[in-house]
Amino acid sequence: MASIKRKDILSLREMDLAEMELILDTAESLREIIDRPIKKVPTLRGKSIITFFHEASTRTRTSFEMAAKYMSADTASIAASTSALVKGESLKDTALTLQAMGADCIVMRHGVSGSCHFLSRLVDAKVINAGDGTHEHPTQGLLDMYTIRKHKGHLDGLKIVIVGDVLHSRVARSDIWGLTKAGAEVSIAGPATLLPEGMREVGVKSHIHLEEALPGADVVYVLRLQRERQSKGLLPSLREYARLYCVNARRLSLAKPDALLMHPGPMNRGVEISSEVADGAQSLIVEQVTSGVAVRMAILYLLLGGASE
Amino acid sequence: MPEAEVSKLGVEVKATIMDREAVRRALFRIAHEIIEHNQGVDNLALVGIRRRGVPLAARLKEIIKEIEGRDVPMGILDITLYRDDLSSRLEQPLVRSTAVPFTLDEIKVILVDDVLYTGRTIRAALDALMDLGRPQSIQLAVLVDRGHRELPIRADYVGKNVPTSRREVVAVRLDEFDGEDAVVIEEYGVLGGEVS
Amino acid sequence: MTLLVKNGWLLDPASGQITQGDVLCRDGSIVAIGPDAAATAPDCGAPVEVLDAAGMLVTPGLIDMHVHLREPGFEYKEEIATGARAAAIGGFTTIACMPNTSPVLDNAAMIAFVRDRAAQQAIVNVLPIGSVTKNLAGNEMAEIGDMVQAGAIGFSDDGKPVWNGEIMRNALLYASMYDRPILTHSEEPYLAEDGQMHLGAWSGVFGLRGIPAAAEAAMIARDCMLAELTKGKLHICHVSTELSLSAINWARSRGVEVTCEVTPHHLVLTDKLVGDSGYDTNTKVNPPLRATTDVAAMVEGLRCGAIEVIASDHAPHSFDDKDVEYNYAANGIIGLETTLPIILTHLVHAGKVDLATVIRAMTLAPAKVLGLERKGRLAPGMDADLTVIDLDATWRIDSAKFASKSRNTPFAGWEVQGLAVATVVAGRVIQRAGQICV
Repeated sequence: MASIKRKDILSLREMDLAEMELILDTAESLREIIDRPIKKVPTLRGKSIITFFHEASTRTRTSFEMAAKYMSADTASIAASTSALVKGESLKDTALTLQAMGADCIVMRHGVSGSCHFLSRLVDAKVINAGDGTHEHPTQGLLDMYTIRKHKGHLDGLKIVIVGDVLHSRVARSDIWGLTKAGAEVSIAGPATLLPEGMREVGVKSHIHLEEALPGADVVYVLRLQRERQSKGLLPSLREYARLYCVNARRLSLAKPDALLMHPGPMNRGVEISSEVADGAQSLIVEQVTSGVAVRMAILYLLLGGASE
Repeated sequence: MPEAEVSKLGVEVKATIMDREAVRRALFRIAHEIIEHNQGVDNLALVGIRRRGVPLAARLKEIIKEIEGRDVPMGILDITLYRDDLSSRLEQPLVRSTAVPFTLDEIKVILVDDVLYTGRTIRAALDALMDLGRPQSIQLAVLVDRGHRELPIRADYVGKNVPTSRREVVAVRLDEFDGEDAVVIEEYGVLGGEVS
Repeated sequence: MTLLVKNGWLLDPASGQITQGDVLCRDGSIVAIGPDAAATAPDCGAPVEVLDAAGMLVTPGLIDMHVHLREPGFEYKEEIATGARAAAIGGFTTIACMPNTSPVLDNAAMIAFVRDRAAQQAIVNVLPIGSVTKNLAGNEMAEIGDMVQAGAIGFSDDGKPVWNGEIMRNALLYASMYDRPILTHSEEPYLAEDGQMHLGAWSGVFGLRGIPAAAEAAMIARDCMLAELTKGKLHICHVSTELSLSAINWARSRGVEVTCEVTPHHLVLTDKLVGDSGYDTNTKVNPPLRATTDVAAMVEGLRCGAIEVIASDHAPHSFDDKDVEYNYAANGIIGLETTLPIILTHLVHAGKVDLATVIRAMTLAPAKVLGLERKGRLAPGMDADLTVIDLDATWRIDSAKFASKSRNTPFAGWEVQGLAVATVVAGRVIQRAGQICV
């Protein structure tokens, strides 16, 4: 039987395709639970899952909590603003405290890349990376793969264009790893100051001009642009970015007519994406959210549902 | 306890207790019994338990259609999430989808499975059904009852009662999965193959 | 006190030749060298200690000119005494220590403090390096002349660049009056700001902010141009990129006299290790571990002599300084006890750089940069500082056994070949078979 070969879900770059597909297949089976009148299965009863969000997030944290509760697990949540971290307790001590309280699984989001690897070395609990610095956001990558596969039936051979601030995007990185391992052709598009080096070495083409990147795309994936990029001198203004890179109806029409439009949320409407396409027929942005719960249920089941070694 | 998927190493077929014809007749009889006991097929639904309960339920649906000329709705139930033995298994079973695309309220559900053994699979199936709705009643149809119940569960419709020892495995083979219809008894052989 | 080192393979870096013979030391100096050294020297009746070096390589005492001893101020990471013991275990007889202590070594009193402390507690020679600017703030030149008289061997703001060009210019000019080198940590501070690793394909993959090679090379170019302008004595610390070496070679082509050093980790490890090690903070160092092409350029630079010196940049940090998330971990790798085995294993035994070149880079070359006329060579009249090396011994680096107070090395657990089996300072055997014997 297929299984997850590891204690934690830290990065898609370190996982192999079989593990990712197992998660997607399991998510497929669990998806209908969300539509039931009684959204509950007893599978993870008695397991405790702590969400530890050192960086603020409502949507990912809530998604994990809902997934855990649907599987009958107990959840507790720590947000950075109210935690001892602000008072100066180190991540290390917080982690050991959580473990001492019996946490079976810690879901962490943190501003420093590699911090989930650090956490995983400290605790016996399973660690799920909900976003570490600019390194990876593996559950987002998986839910994106799930959503695309659901609509297109497969991932290999698809042409996927990621638009925006790839340099600072952990979502983009996870998507790149997961989708290229699944055989898709991924390219990125954005201003030169927001694209990372070395993408060609991993088989990803970079484009400066959106009009060159989009033709033939099966999926257009739009990244959020953070306002602070302007203050750090990477962009002259958000207005200029919007003029040159905002994915609107005209630009989206350059892609295939049945292309999917996706965004990890939350959106800056009018900056990186126009409301017209965000709310339009090709948009899967809302569905991504539901996929997220299903994928996270699958991950929790696969990590926690079996025997603890 | 759901059947262990025994590796083919170290397992030998001891006896064939039902052949294709026997399976066919048993299903035919069960279908008649269901219709008779429920005085028709009103408010009836079949729910097959993955995996082999599913083709059996499909066949019962076909036979009932032949007899009564009516379509009985059929659903598919995966009980993996409700198993009581998950935390003691080293390798996790694959979760497959559950699809019961009709309301269960006021419905008389006929659960269908291939072999009734300890009763734990049925216990899990009952919990799963209760999470999906509130059936009027639940009845159980199995192709083989091999005894050794560990819970107070009984079948309403049985294809064949087969007394077995715990060392034996009752394997139902169906065209849809195995390319033949038969019920065989396998025993862990001299090679000492281990059950996972 | 007479010491006879018998029957070793003697390597004199001045000639690069290896000959078999003895070294006779008396009263802290080498008096005779050769196959029958004991006979050639006049007997003065003193007892002779004999160190049998049969089958071993005997070199001038190794010199590490870039070491952080952390005293005063950071004694929890290292002290002069413990650093000196680590040096002795590693085969080093002379170390030069950087001024980024607390308080900073920016005046004669602090230089004297280090010298006195070393005289009392250090079993190897410790030469203090003074700072270029007061308090390392980069705003005003420190009292360089006064520090020279107190015994400072050179000047550096290491840890930071002297980013104000006018101050660097004046410091080069001023220090040249005393024939002392300015040892630079060349780094353009804004390009390197917040950087965690080398800027390249891997920094993008691992999600860590990268420091471009240009941050180092651009500042090196500036420093070399100022050396040209002032004719000062410039030494570039921890060169790490191919681009930097190109800048140095270009300056040399214009006649600039500039020397440079490279660390063992920049000769062996690459930036990919940061992620491959699971973000092990023992890979976090400044300058960061660089790309494969840079490592190759450093090895070639050492081989052909463009890089004259190997120096460890021994940077001790406590467990708590390192056992945090990558961005918050302190920069630095310790090196006194790992430099020799790592260099021998991965350069000499690997056939990349010959033994004589490597030994020269750790003896004669740093002696020349620091103006130590009686060190770095095996010849009568030189100081009796010797290192006895077993080139063949294979062993595994066990950081738990280090004499240093700190353990922050990425080489923990590595299998290596080559070991300093004895260390001699001023004619006294201070380390033998891994044990301090004074």
